[in-house]
Amino acid sequence: MTDQIISPGRSYGRHPHRARLGVVKFASCDGCQLTLLDLEDELLAITERFEIVEFAEATSVRSAGPYDVLLVEGSISTAAQVEEIVNLRREATLLVTIGACATAGGIQALRNWADHDAYRAAVYAQPEYVDSLAMSTPVSDHVAVDAELRGCPIDPGQIVELLTALIVGRRPQLPDEAVCIACKQRGAVCIAVAHGVPCLGPVTRTGCGAICPAYDRGCYGCFGPREQSNAIGLARHLMSRGGSVAGKGRAAPEVGRLFAGFTAYAEPFRSVVSGLGGTRETEDGGSPTHEEPADA
Amino acid sequence: MHDTLLPPGAALDAVFEVGLVTRVEGEGSLSLRVKDGRVEEAHLAIFEAPRYFEQLVIGRTPDEVIDIVARICGICPIAYQMSAVHAFEDRFGVAVAPETRLLRRLLYCGEWIESHALHVYFLHAPDFLGYPSAIELAKDHREVVEQGLALKKTGNSIVKLLGGRPIHPVSVRVGGFSRAPRRTDVAALRPALEAAVTQAEATVRFVATLDAPDFEREPRLVALRHPTEYPFNDGRIVSSDGLDLPPGGWETTFDEEHVPWSHALQAHMQGGGRYLLGPAARVSLDPGQLHPRAKALLLETGLAGAIRRNPNWSIAARAIELVHATSEALEIADAYSPPDRPFEPWTAAPGVAAWSTEAPRGLLFHRYDIDERGLIAHARIVPPTSQNQAAIEADLAAFAPSVLTLPHEAATHRLEQLIRSYDPCISCATHFLDLRVEREG
Repeated sequence: MTDQIISPGRSYGRHPHRARLGVVKFASCDGCQLTLLDLEDELLAITERFEIVEFAEATSVRSAGPYDVLLVEGSISTAAQVEEIVNLRREATLLVTIGACATAGGIQALRNWADHDAYRAAVYAQPEYVDSLAMSTPVSDHVAVDAELRGCPIDPGQIVELLTALIVGRRPQLPDEAVCIACKQRGAVCIAVAHGVPCLGPVTRTGCGAICPAYDRGCYGCFGPREQSNAIGLARHLMSRGGSVAGKGRAAPEVGRLFAGFTAYAEPFRSVVSGLGGTRETEDGGSPTHEEPADA
Repeated sequence: MHDTLLPPGAALDAVFEVGLVTRVEGEGSLSLRVKDGRVEEAHLAIFEAPRYFEQLVIGRTPDEVIDIVARICGICPIAYQMSAVHAFEDRFGVAVAPETRLLRRLLYCGEWIESHALHVYFLHAPDFLGYPSAIELAKDHREVVEQGLALKKTGNSIVKLLGGRPIHPVSVRVGGFSRAPRRTDVAALRPALEAAVTQAEATVRFVATLDAPDFEREPRLVALRHPTEYPFNDGRIVSSDGLDLPPGGWETTFDEEHVPWSHALQAHMQGGGRYLLGPAARVSLDPGQLHPRAKALLLETGLAGAIRRNPNWSIAARAIELVHATSEALEIADAYSPPDRPFEPWTAAPGVAAWSTEAPRGLLFHRYDIDERGLIAHARIVPPTSQNQAAIEADLAAFAPSVLTLPHEAATHRLEQLIRSYDPCISCATHFLDLRVEREG
């Protein structure tokens, strides 16, 4: 995946025209684009520096392009979307994916481990009416992506940082530390060590500010794996005797489900989910496979 | 070439399409079938890509479900968390602490404030005032938009305090919250809440000055009703024609079908019959439980009848509910003391867990079959928009003849405004309205 590769030195905010900003969505909940509208203190200032030419949730003004900056929410999950993202890429100078769906396939990517036809038939009485692909995939599987904002949803501070960096023509500062670093900075007690709560903090990229540990629960990985994270090592630890306060290892499916969340399809979480059969448990009480995860 | 949707004297035997936008993604479109100048059928198609949530939750634990179903909607994640958590607690026989029950109401107030402020100021008011967006509206009436932003921010700050972030908060769990806020943290909301009550009252007076298109009908309304509260998490399912069901009893009276033109299942009364949910239904069915401030404003504006009969006036229902939600949030914050423990212990029990709560857009029903291991075996989630869809289509068919002779841009604008008045959870998609008129001779 690509990160932080916006070329410095091009300052949109000082152009004679305001930068043309588009916001589009694919399969998603609208929460990441809503984060833009939730910038109550900055929104009107942003619209003074960017001309919003496409943002269906916010305006009836529409444009098919071109865009100086295109923010893309949602995963690619239908045949029509595969075509559309290619067309949009041609219209966009900078294409930035926003959120776990666009960067990692989202929670709907759990179907990538399942029988899609069975899913479709179970939810819809007339599955032939439904345009849907077997896989939900990140935008970067289809087109080049210039920058990514992680999270389910994205962090408001990061979208402001991105837009500010574009205006002044510098590289946006997006952290790649583990959630653990933010947790320590916040002064939160380590719930994994103190209470034996399973926590994905050590392998997950921060950006949220370590919300979950601060609210007395384990991180569930919604910002996705950080670079070179040892997810398989963490999974093994959780299954080992040291992985819980009771001194018993956790069952493989329980650990698998921990990784089978909003960024499950991003490696190396994907390998852990595949190895532990973590997207759902089977009727016989076990996971579909009980294999140890493969070495990285 | 077409100045109007139905040019006088035009041939009536051809299929006729009017694409109103340069690029149509197809998420939401309206097609009208017109015969002899009469609208015979209106189809509101929802083409949001399916995400299969009812399958994604199978084999997961109740607490995992609460995290997962929030992602159905970035605008109303609390509603999904609330219907799920109440279904599980009802099945498992968990009684939450009274303080926790109030915190859940406070959380729901936050979501209603955020969602209603977004809809009133960003999605709906620009229609009445002739602007394409609140951003354009702000150029001429910055103070109006800033008032909406301030209200929205207060709603979001409630959710953020209780759940860590405004969208997809993390603290709701079976039995209560993973962590309950301290008294001082809740007290810190007070200045913003006090201001929000004033801003909400001003919102009612502002929307009362708007000029809504004429359109009247008498819909069947459905909402929760509680003997002592305005409905959020609790109450019985009632209707304007005498229905009275427990909150988990939706399936005994309603059903869904899959229509060819939509990715959203459409709900009906069993045996046929459409109905309408949401702010207008709640204000009309539960006016006695509104906060006194909201009740007084409803009386002052004299809009109760218009709210019930003209969907274009739903903006006033939302404004009235903003007054209720800000007022109740202020009272809960003032009286708050933390529960002894953030959540009650519980043990999963197999069987059916079912419950309804009031999402900002109306009744949201969840049903989960839980297996012997405490994992989900089957799920059914019926969002408000799929329940409203049949009523929206009927209203569009009834309303469309009054605009068919307008220039097509004006006609589309009126139809879009009507669609937005239901606050469909595909508000984004309805901005893509592609009006197609099929005429038969």
